[in-house]
Amino acid sequence: MAATTEYAIECRKITKRFGSVVANDQIDLNVRYGEILALLGENGSGKTTLMNMLSGIYHPDSGSISIGGQEVTISSPADAMRLGIGMIHQHFKLVDVFSAMDNIVLGSQEKRLSPKVLRERVLGICQSVGLEIDPDKKIYDMSVSEKQTVEILKVLYRSARILILDEPTAVLTPQETEKLFAILRRMREQGCAIIIITHKLQEVLELSDRVTILWKGRSIDTVVTAESDQRKLTELMVGRPVSLQINRPEPENVSTVMRIESLFVNKPDGAPALGGISAEVRTGEILGVAGVAGSGQKELCEAIAGLVPVQSGQILFNGENIVGKTPAQIIDLGIHMGFVPEDRLGMGLVASMGMVDNMLLKSYRTSKGVCIDRKPARALAESLVKKLEIVTPGVDTPVRLMSGGNVQKVLLGREIESNPSVLVTAYPVRGLDINSSYVVYDLLNEQKKRGVAVVFVGEDLDVLLELSDRILVLCHGRITGVVDARTATKEQIGLLMTGADSQEVAS
Amino acid sequence: MSTQTGYMSREPLLRVVKRAEKPTRQIMLLRAEALVFALIAGGVFILLIGYNPFEIYGTILSGAFRSKMAVQATVKVMIPLLISSLGVTLAFKMKFWNIGAEGQIIAGAICASYFALYHSSWNHVLLVTVMFLAGIIGGGLWGLIPALFRVKWGTNETLFTLMLNYIALHVVNFLRDGPWKDPGSQGFPKIARFDKNAALDKLLGVQIGWVVALALAALILFYLRSTKHGYEISVVGESSDTARYAGMNVKKIVLRTMFLSGAVCGIAGMVQATGSDITLTNAVAGGVGFTAIIVAWLSRLNPVTIVIVSFLFSVLEKGSSVVQSSFGLSTDCADVLQAVILFFVLGCEFFIRYGFVVRKKGGAA
Repeated sequence: MAATTEYAIECRKITKRFGSVVANDQIDLNVRYGEILALLGENGSGKTTLMNMLSGIYHPDSGSISIGGQEVTISSPADAMRLGIGMIHQHFKLVDVFSAMDNIVLGSQEKRLSPKVLRERVLGICQSVGLEIDPDKKIYDMSVSEKQTVEILKVLYRSARILILDEPTAVLTPQETEKLFAILRRMREQGCAIIIITHKLQEVLELSDRVTILWKGRSIDTVVTAESDQRKLTELMVGRPVSLQINRPEPENVSTVMRIESLFVNKPDGAPALGGISAEVRTGEILGVAGVAGSGQKELCEAIAGLVPVQSGQILFNGENIVGKTPAQIIDLGIHMGFVPEDRLGMGLVASMGMVDNMLLKSYRTSKGVCIDRKPARALAESLVKKLEIVTPGVDTPVRLMSGGNVQKVLLGREIESNPSVLVTAYPVRGLDINSSYVVYDLLNEQKKRGVAVVFVGEDLDVLLELSDRILVLCHGRITGVVDARTATKEQIGLLMTGADSQEVAS
Repeated sequence: MSTQTGYMSREPLLRVVKRAEKPTRQIMLLRAEALVFALIAGGVFILLIGYNPFEIYGTILSGAFRSKMAVQATVKVMIPLLISSLGVTLAFKMKFWNIGAEGQIIAGAICASYFALYHSSWNHVLLVTVMFLAGIIGGGLWGLIPALFRVKWGTNETLFTLMLNYIALHVVNFLRDGPWKDPGSQGFPKIARFDKNAALDKLLGVQIGWVVALALAALILFYLRSTKHGYEISVVGESSDTARYAGMNVKKIVLRTMFLSGAVCGIAGMVQATGSDITLTNAVAGGVGFTAIIVAWLSRLNPVTIVIVSFLFSVLEKGSSVVQSSFGLSTDCADVLQAVILFFVLGCEFFIRYGFVVRKKGGAA
């Protein structure tokens, strides 16, 4: 086994089907020790499925996997661990009430060690790759990036030589991302093989040695990063040339339509989610909302839509306070509010119903009598299918069977058709492929031009900077700054996201 | 290398794989196959206990249909089962796990019986109407209790509805042994037979309850498919977040729907007590409330299918009671037979969505 041993992992013709869906179609992928491979692809291109097969969660229908040149069968996560494969999932799998150290040893199949020996071992690993952690700190006290550090330590402790990271930077600030990359580079120097899944092209270019691009379940190309650029990668990913420029029409007829005054909102468990925020939402403008995940974006949106109880403060809509009113009462006041929630199928739409019934969700009450009138809803559904080029077998097909981009078109389409004066959108392009994302940007811009006040909660700072007019930055439920998107920089927003206030940033 | 092969496990022998969504015709075929297999497995069981399967199956069918009386008896078995299956369907559509149909049937029967026992001199039409409403209110309130606790304090409705079954059952026992005890029974604890005026009328030789049952099936089909309430139930059942988002009052919908679910079951109790039993016993529900759960799910909560499935269940029930008397087979054997059939029919639902993949011989391992 001379030639093949240089590969840490070599996948040959891996195929995996879920029902009629072919998630992976004869995928080839390989990584060498001492190399960082980026795995790039739109959502639904089969990245996570492939990685789940490497970590023993799924089993391939056909094809072979070799580790260190030897063909293996990985039938459980324990197998994967024994083969030296460690996976760091996008959603952390940690026990909240345990300390970092307990989480690190949890599930490793070795004899119990004394805490002292353990601590030394953990700190030893930390030192070797440049991680910083307090082994006794409890998970619930930790920030997102600390939790991620624990996840990394978990796999290193099991002496994993092959690391798989599933969108590790989605929850990090730019500064934290830099730190993570430094660690990954050091691990590469020490001979680890690293696979990183990400959507962000800049990160791919910055970090990786090679890039494998998946498209519709197939591995269409593997390129050397140094010989590639953003445009080329995008084209490979989407399957055709695209323009990456997001339009930003100049705002017209700007006037304040909604004023939020010292708004306090608690989470269901009583912990404060919004700690007294004040802001203005203006017509003909897109207000971006930035922040690390869980900084109060969800509560802000739901408070505006009248879905969560507000502790104190006011939301004045043209002078009328809508705090304490139910969504039905808000509609009765003649206020049309569109809301595209983060959880599309769990909140904005009914997954098992077709488009027709979903069109009725907010308007079924307005028809007279006890019966539901599906005729106008059917007409609306059919016109949306034409207007937004929604791909679906029929307007009665359950929306859960539609692709993410089409689901979002249904939801956004319905909200726009209600002629809102304020349109709140939470992560409207999350999980969408590039094409669908641009459709969404265009729709939002169209609304802006019509004089609608658009609120855009986003996670990709590049998009926020290109699309919004103003950006409001949240950190731990407080506003750390409102900046002009035309002049602000990514670093500036990054600092605001971590809690530095605007004066510090400016100086 | 030897150290490596030591911990390398082989591909698992059987793997469960999700299948593509099948066309309806294929699904129906699979279900029919399941029924055939069920009959074969049941036949093996009959053979093992020393009888001829064909004879037994034949007797089940002829037992249910051999005469006008037999058909009437089958329909009589079907009435409470059909009504209470429709009742639990309302709650299940909302993903509210009402397994308290049994108690709601009894509660409805108790309330109706009060008027049958103590106001039997009223005008017949008035009395029947009042008893009908009493059944609705009794069952409805019994269903409302767990809904109220769920809405107010987030209690688990599964346990709550289940426990209320036993409370209702023992209320009947209390009434039988105490306040409602038949004075003419010479100390034997039972509730008196209702006056003829309080008994339901018959149509085509069967108590009028079957008309009520079929009317309810049509009504509930319409309610779930075409009304705003029905739409709300579906949305709440799918996701209470979505319902909240749509501005629905989730609590109100839960309470209303559970009242209706209990009320329909209460009608089943009223019809059974005043139409079939002509008295109130602690066997007025007799497990129907639990069978109703199976019927409802087997029919995928579709009222039309529920009519068919509950009829088939009644044939099985009536037929096996004939088998019992003509072959001297114990009740338990009939129950085993029923369970075998159910096992296959319910089990086939798994194969509609999943399949097994067997490890290939000599494959990579």
